Amino acid sequence: MPDSKKFIVSHAPFWHDGSHITTRNYHTLLAALPAVIFGMIQYGMPAVGVVSLAVSSAMIWEYLLNRITRQPVTIGDGNAALIGLLFAMLLPATSPWWMVITGTLVAILVGKEIYGGIGGNPFHPTLVAVAILMLSWKDLFDFDAALVDYEFDFAVAYPLAALKHFGAWAVEGFTPGGLLMGNQIGGIGSTFGLGIVAGGIYLALRGIIRWEISVSFLAGVFITALIFNLADGARYAGPLFHLFTGYTLIGAFFFATEDSSSPVNFIPMLIYGAGGGILTVLIRNIGVYLDGVVFALLIMNIANPLLDKLRPKALGKVI
Amino acid sequence: MIKRSFLGLVKPKLEMPPVPEGRFEIKAVPTPGRVTLLLEKPKDPRLASDTVALSKGDRVKTGQKICLSSDSTVYTLSPVTGTVFQVSPSIGDFGTTYIAVSIEVEPEDVFDEAFQERMKQPDAALAREHLSALPGSPPFGAFFRENASIDTLCIMGVDSDFLSTTQRYILAHQRGALKRGIDGLKTLTGVERIVLAVPAGADPQLVDLGAEVREVFTRYPHTLPQLLMQTLFGQTVPAGKTCEDLGTVFFSAEAVAALGEAMQHGRFPGHKVLTVTGKDQTAHMVTARIGTPVREIFNMLEIETQELDRIVFGGPMTGSAVYSEDQPILPHTDAVFVQDRSRIPPISQNPCINCGECVRICPARIPVNMLVRYLEAGRYDEAADLYDLHCCIACGLCSFVCVARIPIFQYIRLGKYELERMHAAEANHA
Ligand code: SF4
Ligand code: SF4
Repeated sequence: MPDSKKFIVSHAPFWHDGSHITTRNYHTLLAALPAVIFGMIQYGMPAVGVVSLAVSSAMIWEYLLNRITRQPVTIGDGNAALIGLLFAMLLPATSPWWMVITGTLVAILVGKEIYGGIGGNPFHPTLVAVAILMLSWKDLFDFDAALVDYEFDFAVAYPLAALKHFGAWAVEGFTPGGLLMGNQIGGIGSTFGLGIVAGGIYLALRGIIRWEISVSFLAGVFITALIFNLADGARYAGPLFHLFTGYTLIGAFFFATEDSSSPVNFIPMLIYGAGGGILTVLIRNIGVYLDGVVFALLIMNIANPLLDKLRPKALGKVI
Repeated sequence: MIKRSFLGLVKPKLEMPPVPEGRFEIKAVPTPGRVTLLLEKPKDPRLASDTVALSKGDRVKTGQKICLSSDSTVYTLSPVTGTVFQVSPSIGDFGTTYIAVSIEVEPEDVFDEAFQERMKQPDAALAREHLSALPGSPPFGAFFRENASIDTLCIMGVDSDFLSTTQRYILAHQRGALKRGIDGLKTLTGVERIVLAVPAGADPQLVDLGAEVREVFTRYPHTLPQLLMQTLFGQTVPAGKTCEDLGTVFFSAEAVAALGEAMQHGRFPGHKVLTVTGKDQTAHMVTARIGTPVREIFNMLEIETQELDRIVFGGPMTGSAVYSEDQPILPHTDAVFVQDRSRIPPISQNPCINCGECVRICPARIPVNMLVRYLEAGRYDEAADLYDLHCCIACGLCSFVCVARIPIFQYIRLGKYELERMHAAEANHA
């Protein structure tokens, strides 16, 4: 039959709702911007330098690793840029250049590529990098020392450090409103609570992050901190303080919710989020580290595959 | 195409657009010069050389039965009168093979006497031996399976996939034929309980048709038989079973109307109602002879196709793409649509990123994110044992929402097919 026209034959369904990995990553980058821009304004050029270096080096590492492993080049999907940006958001503005590029290398290589790239990572790549750097060069995450040269119209003292060393009275000067507006020192993109929450709500509404995880994480932090605070108000700060300091908010909206390392079923999401929140406060209040978010979330990442086995019975399943 | 809403948190609304009120303009496709009928061959490789007892130059009449030489339960009825022009093998997807019978059509219909004669004594055997080939493919075979005990017939007055208004058209405009068809079903099958599933807000006069009228959601995927079983009868179809195993058979409204027409006139009605949607997304209702090459329909409706477009038989969620405009309309083809090459969503090589969209949308509550990993790795047994492969009701929504654009549904079909093949091979060697 002389029918020369070739048609595309493929499998149902023939429609797609238009969502895409790339769009998701770019929207996440967008949602992080308010907090990042605030950090840049607050800390000036050093912060701009760290953010730029982190984003660009993460992308370069990914490109090089793609070439070395002979995989398709994936920097276009925005995931490497996102990992780099999130890394910068946790760092002090004065971080040295070698630390930034080591961190992004660890994040991209150990956090992501050795598991086969996007979707394969059991942990949040950025958290892996931060944890390794924290253990290797503890002093680099000493925000008081790192930011000593800055002058602000609020106390230049890392709130969690003040709490740990002097007890709850030392942080009475921090009002929740002030903390939320970024009147505190900390990582470049992790102090402007309002911006992070706005970004997080945007992502949740767009369906890019799973709100159940963020909400249960925050609830876990709040309730655990409240219990400690009620038990001994002189040693343990109140729940709002814990919510708005350190990495709590950025952890809730940008780290706990990473797709590959978090559960997708409803109950597991609640357990995962709440577990992360509880562990965070436990580490802060009775552990040796100032902030518990990084380790708490890594521990919950380990539990994720197990948690996700709790799922509803499939339709018509016969056991 | 339905797109993700800006607020991704809300589930996509997969409402079927309502059928326009009032009279449909329905266009008749002129009888083509040549029609092609397809007979599906049995899977058994020993019957691979199967064919039909017809050869080039044989004359067939309208309503004449054409069956496979090895298995007379695989048959079709000629929708036209004419001369056989070619008998050739043809291939479908997942290893299905067909015998294609092409017939050069004569302008005047001569009706087959054997069929007319047989229609005078309507009984179960008639249904089995002739009427399964009616437009809409009524599944009379279900009554003759081993251990079959069918107690309910459900007539689908709703369309199960998007871009089809065929069943709702029949419901609105072929009441007489439907009523006769329902009476006919009672006589032929002896089943007392006949349920007519209609869209919510349908004409209350439908009760006059003699069936129990039940309103159902016209929201995808609730229009699929497995989910209708739940809505209508509160029954869940166990994994690996069918609705028929639970005693319910689904008929399309068109099949019932065709039955009514056949009973009234004693002739085989060789026409089919189709919803045809062009690239500009306008839908046309047409009637065409079964076996009409889809090209003839496009010509009449002035739908242009180009290289690398996609032609789909059936709906966008469950249909199948065809590779040529020569592809004939089959008795169960409710809808045809053309997708412009620029609108074909590309699939990608991305791995699953575990976003969970598929898990949230799956009506069968399958952990699709895990399932797809096992299917991609070809570990079908684990996919079935651990991750509920057999619970899938084939709605295609997981692929529709997949952020990584993995052809998940294709993997699922392949997985089920491979398992079936493996088990068949094991059974043969046992
Ligand atoms: S096709 Fe996908 S969404 Fe539909 S039932 Fe099967 S696994 Fe679930
Ligand atoms: S929708 Fe696609 S990418 Fe998302 S979890 Fe399901 S299979 Fe993975």
